[in-house]
Amino acid sequence: MNRTDIERALQRLAREVADRAREEGGASSLAIVGIRRGGVHLAQRLQRELAGLLGAPPPLGTMDIALYRDDLDAKGAAPVVGPTDVRFPIDGKRILLVDDVLYTGRTVRAALDELVDFGRPRRVWLLVLVDRGGRELPIQADFVGERLAVADGDDVQVRLTEGGAAEDAVVVSPRRAT
Amino acid sequence: MIGRHKHCLGLADYARSEIEEVLDLAVSMKEVLRRPIKKVPSLRGKSVVNLFFEASTRTRSSFEVAAKVLSADALNWAASTSSVTKGETLIDTAKNLEAMRPDVLVIRHSAGGAPGLVADHVRCAVISAGDGAHEHPSQGLLDCFTLREKLGPLDGRTVTIVGDITHSRVARSDLYGLARLGAKVRLCGPPTMIPPGIESFGASVGFDLRQAVEGADAVIMLRIQHERIGDPLIPGTREYSRFWGLSARKAAEWLTPECLVMHPGPINRGVELEPEVADGARSVILDQVENGVAVRMALLYLLAGGHEEARA
Repeated sequence: MNRTDIERALQRLAREVADRAREEGGASSLAIVGIRRGGVHLAQRLQRELAGLLGAPPPLGTMDIALYRDDLDAKGAAPVVGPTDVRFPIDGKRILLVDDVLYTGRTVRAALDELVDFGRPRRVWLLVLVDRGGRELPIQADFVGERLAVADGDDVQVRLTEGGAAEDAVVVSPRRAT
Repeated sequence: MIGRHKHCLGLADYARSEIEEVLDLAVSMKEVLRRPIKKVPSLRGKSVVNLFFEASTRTRSSFEVAAKVLSADALNWAASTSSVTKGETLIDTAKNLEAMRPDVLVIRHSAGGAPGLVADHVRCAVISAGDGAHEHPSQGLLDCFTLREKLGPLDGRTVTIVGDITHSRVARSDLYGLARLGAKVRLCGPPTMIPPGIESFGASVGFDLRQAVEGADAVIMLRIQHERIGDPLIPGTREYSRFWGLSARKAAEWLTPECLVMHPGPINRGVELEPEVADGARSVILDQVENGVAVRMALLYLLAGGHEEARA
């Protein structure tokens, strides 16, 4: 995906989310939570798009799932824990979880566990820019920017200008020799 | 692991980046403490043994809460109710507790170096919760955290530590930590309570309280460590208080309006600190206690996480 593809995908996704929220009569209870680190900038862009569609920007939070990972015992040092910042009450809210790439589903599992520690949302949707397959858990996204067929172990990166990239792009690179 | 370290026995051999790793992580841990549900699953299935050979309320409960918020199991063990009273040695006690397979041993002991000795004989990670007059690293880290939270980066800031420097493990850990983060540390107290040569660790020394606190960004007041003092080093607490205690009048006249007042606790009210100052607007003493839990969560997470092979 190049810059235009990503921009179009986000506009379409925002429209789908807005329609879905209106259908359920919950446009005013919509809130966005970006999963660190890849989902944060996407969540910010979606918030801007949704502000235009819904008339007001939905509340935006970020979550770091390091404390909820299931591989703390894996080899290597303990993973770095970034800030989690969810300042609005999530009870009764319709939460749009945002991440860049959906792969094994383990990050989303951790994010769901973390989310319910903040309260009891009315509903949780999952939005990802790229679904690359390879699920290890029964988790699917409600809103998908693009489905990519890539080999297991290949590296899929979403690079955004906010993250320091020269231009927005989704880059697939073959498995690195280890 | 914290940088190169498998244990946390003191800040003397911690590099700036290693101290900052703990402090940065503690910011995220503090956010967890303020959630409606104060529990995260990261150390599920891990166990932390608190091995306390000396009295403590703050530090022991702080480590216990930190372990529980991270979902680790915490076992508290006090020497006064244990087989130590039947003559068991420190290493035997530690090895027996280790046979229960804890991931972290938190040790407080009246002898400096005791946690380090245990660390040489066990496989799990060891944290000193204060050993003799050696170090109290988690207190040093939480003081650095509190100051950084209130003042921003500590480079060029001035922090004055007042009191019984010789017998204070807090003073040592504070000095190492603050100096590493770029702060200027001044030490002040009765000449009999300041160890000769301490300037070589990067502090300046003075005996006059008014000069020592002039222009300081923060003042850390210490308790006289009566339990570690054999011969009397001062004529009496009233005289100590007159020269080195911080009264409301001295605080108002000598400290800048922004200067923070800290104390590691327990406070001897009326000796080193007047209640008006301890409970006043510039006091961040209770912030220190809250931050202590966050910093200890960071220590437990870093030392209990990761795999055996990675730790070796």
